[in-house]
Order: sequence, then structure tokens, then C-alpha cells
Amino acid sequence: MKNKIILLLACLLLTPPSFAENLAKDPLNSVQWDDMYEAFLKGRPAKFDHRVKVIAPNYAEDPMNVPVTVDASELGDVTQIVIFADFNPIPLIARYYPQRAKPTVSFRFKIQQSSPVRAAVLTNDGVWHVGGVWVNSAGGGCTAASTGRLVGDWSDYLGEVYGKRWSKSDSNRVRFLIHHPMDTGLVAGIPAFYIEKLEFKNTDGEELAVIELFEPVNENPVLSFDFKAKNLSANILMSGTDNNGNKFKAEFVK
Amino acid sequence: MNKAHFSAICLCLMTLTSTCSLARSFDYQLKPIKVAQDTYVFIGKTEDFTFENGGNIVNTGFIVTSEGVVVIDTGPSLRYGQQMKEAIASITVTPINRVYLTHHHPDHFLGNQAFEGAPIYALDTTFTNIKNEGAGFADNLYVMVGDWMRGTEATPATEVAKPGRISIGDHQLDIMSYSGHSSGDMTILDRTTGVLFSGDLVFNKRTLTTPHADIKKWLSTMGELNKLPFKVVVPGHGPFSTDKKILGEMTDYLAWLENTIEGAVNNGLSMTEAIKLPIPKRFSSNAQLQQEYSRSVIHLYSFYENKVFKRVN
Repeated sequence: MKNKIILLLACLLLTPPSFAENLAKDPLNSVQWDDMYEAFLKGRPAKFDHRVKVIAPNYAEDPMNVPVTVDASELGDVTQIVIFADFNPIPLIARYYPQRAKPTVSFRFKIQQSSPVRAAVLTNDGVWHVGGVWVNSAGGGCTAASTGRLVGDWSDYLGEVYGKRWSKSDSNRVRFLIHHPMDTGLVAGIPAFYIEKLEFKNTDGEELAVIELFEPVNENPVLSFDFKAKNLSANILMSGTDNNGNKFKAEFVK
Repeated sequence: MNKAHFSAICLCLMTLTSTCSLARSFDYQLKPIKVAQDTYVFIGKTEDFTFENGGNIVNTGFIVTSEGVVVIDTGPSLRYGQQMKEAIASITVTPINRVYLTHHHPDHFLGNQAFEGAPIYALDTTFTNIKNEGAGFADNLYVMVGDWMRGTEATPATEVAKPGRISIGDHQLDIMSYSGHSSGDMTILDRTTGVLFSGDLVFNKRTLTTPHADIKKWLSTMGELNKLPFKVVVPGHGPFSTDKKILGEMTDYLAWLENTIEGAVNNGLSMTEAIKLPIPKRFSSNAQLQQEYSRSVIHLYSFYENKVFKRVN
């Protein structure tokens, strides 16, 4: 334990000066911004960019289910989108890698207290473009037990996926709900149990997108994606796993 | 720190505290407004809960019968209930006969403590709802309005109200059980005066709220309310009215809300995309429109998603 602390201190001391020092002033005035940069964006320059749109209501009506859309369509080639909430006990919410997909994603998450909700969008020139909004909350979303736990029936539905696909001229919109308690590990006696990764391909073998989810994503996550496969009429396949090794699959047909 | 310093600091703190309490007398300024023979209402602001309004965003009322006062809803806090009681005493010396709670939302029943000793009637669903959710509501209101809530605890109803006609002194009241705004919505129609206390089944000039709403049921309830022979309607929120058209306006918004949300889900929109949809101008005279529409999307969206989403694995 002692060695670990020394190691940690050494790491902190030896950390080279980061880009954070040169960052523009955080437009959301969060004291956590520098730490967020260190934790998730370190090693590449970051700038605040109004073209990164984070759309969420300014008040968390239901702290267990805060809807958010991240839209970086106005940027060029996007390789990764990191979504986090500065003041959540577990700030990291999701990492999205749109391969053949629009750089936009919607879902719901749990918020513990009022916090900036941000998206950092990595473009292929190696720069993080950061947008965000404050979401106010009466709080408690991360430390309340999931409904499935309270009712006790979560395992009856685990991994069931319900959804629909909409065909558009340039893309396919896919929306679905996947049954999973998404336990944060912050409720006494309930260890963290959450979907870690969902991958999307089509029956032509095209890789469409990958998303990594973390504890703050809501119970029974509902996600929306816009896939831009070359073959828009091919079936879309989803496969995923949670941190206990359960595997999930679904298929979205035209 | 020496003693003199300490006393000086204490004195400063005391002065500060007393200034604060002077600035905040926690007076809801409740003024009974006569809407008919023997019938008075307290009209709240058409705002959301704030530290400034202390939760006085709701309408409550009372009927002075020859066998005592019938109170309809008790407001958002102990202080509100106490001040309501004082305001009632300024109109009549008749004792409180009973209290009716229209439904289980916090702004309608958290003043119950002030009426301890009088029977407090609620529909059986409201009875259960207060038991399950009352304490959480009270906690939430402390966060939203602060010290106005001091001393407030969620106190349950004491009697189950059975729907039907009842005579209390010289007044005949129809106690009716509906649902839509919540799972148990009581309305009281005073047959003697023609005053309808609608609870939150009716909002006037204030956008309706949907945290426990079932829109289909609410729409069908509006059809029932339309048939009632009332002369004055006292809505749960917003000014009272003698004009039946406020029921039509409710139905119009409810139908629009359902079509809009169901349509958004059918078209594959996400919640945030649905929140951005335009709201027709005809609803713009209702307070809190954008905010309540956005809340309604969050309350109702998954219900419609569950209808549209099909098993894909």
C-alpha cells in the first residue's frame, strides 16, 4: 500500500507540464476542468469549440435519466468523442468511436449533482474540440439503487434488446433499449455491473462504430446512432459485453 | 483567539442572522378570494418552485358550511398550512370540519400538519401514493424552496374518501374520483354553489405538468369534466374561471402533447431532439410552456418508446 502511494506521488511529480496550462478559460467555470483534462484528454491540445453541441435540459428532471445529445457534425473527420460530467463521482460516461457513422450520439445518464456535461471531440488532426453545458440537479442519480435492483427482477430481462431502425437517404438511424441494471458500484452491497462496449457492423462486414459505456449511463440504456454504411440496406449487427462477461447481440433489419 | 475577539465575531454573526430573518418573514401573503357564496380560494403564482415564492404556486380553497369549514388541499408546507388556517379564521369562526386532498403531489398536501385534529380525506390511491412518495417529495421541496419548509413532514391523510354525494351542513358536495394527472385525482363539485374544485386535472394560463400523468386517461377525464354542471372552476394552478373554454384549452394541449411525443418517437427522434420541436403559438399564453413541455418529454417518452421498439434479439 505504502509503495503504491509513493509510486502515485512520483507519477504526479514527474508528470510533464500539460496543455492544460495553455487552455483557454473554461467557459463553464468549473474548478474540475484541469483535472478532467488530465484524466481524459492529456497529451493532446484541447480547445473549446462551439461547433461541438452538447444538448441537454438545464435541469435534471429525473437525475437517473438525463437525456443528452452530442452533435459534432460541423467538425471534420471525427475519430473519438469522450463524454463526461465534471462533478459526477464517476465522471466518465462514454467514449464513442464513429467509424462509418455521423459524429452524433444520444443517450441518457445518471447525474449525482449539478455539473458541467461535456463532450471532447478528437478530430484527425489530433486536437480535442470541447463543448458542454451545465445541468442543474437536486441530485442523487448515481447513489440510488436501480429499479431492477429494488424490484429484484433485473436478471429476468438482462440483455433483452428492443429497438427500431429508420432508413434515411444518407444514413440509418438506429435507436434501441438494452436491459441492464448499469449498477455504479456506489450503492452499498451492489458491485459495479455495467455494459462496457457495444460494436456495430453490417452484414457486408463494414465496421460502423464502437461505443464504450461507463457506470453513469442510465439503467436500461436507450441509445441513438446514425450509421452511414456504403450499403445502407444491409442489416446492422450489434454485439457487446458487460464487465461480468455477459454477451449481447441484436440485429436491426431494414 | 481571545475572548473579546470571539464575542465580537459572535455579535457580528448574530446581527447577520437577525437581518436575514427580518428580510425573510416567510409570509405567503395568503388572501382569501371569494368565488361564490361561502366559497373562498387562495390563488398561487403560475411559477415553478423557487426560494422566493416558497412553493406558493398552487391554488387551495375552503367552503364555509353551517357544520364547519371544508378545506380543499393544504399547500406546500407546514407554514403554508398554518397561514391558510389563520386566513380562514379571518373569514369565519366556524371550526374546520374536514380537509380534502385532491391528489398526492407535494404542493397540495404538505400543509397537512397544520390541520392535525381534523379528518383529512383522500382517495384510496392518493392514500397509498402519499405513503410511498410523500417523504421523498418533502425532501425534494426542501431542496427547491429552502427554509420555507422548516418543520414540514409528509403527513398522510387520515380517512379514505369514497366517491359520491355528501351533505355537510347546508352544502351538498359531489366527491369524484378520476385519473390522468396522477393515478388518483379527486374533484369536488359543490352542488349548492356550482363551484368545481378540479385539482390538477385543470390548469389555467399555466402549462400542465405530467410527472405521473397518463395522457389518454387525462383526455378521457376531460370529457367527463366537460359534462359537469359547474358555474366556476377552481383549477389546481392559475386563475379561477367561469368559462368552460379553459377545459377545451386543456384538451387541446393534451392532445397536441400526445401527438407530438408519439410522433417524435415514431419518427426516430431522441428525447433531446423531441424537446427542440416547435410549440404552436396558441399555447404561448400559458406560463412555463417551454420548461413544462421539456419536462413532459422526459416524463412520457419511454412510455411511447416501449410501444414503438420491437424485440431485436
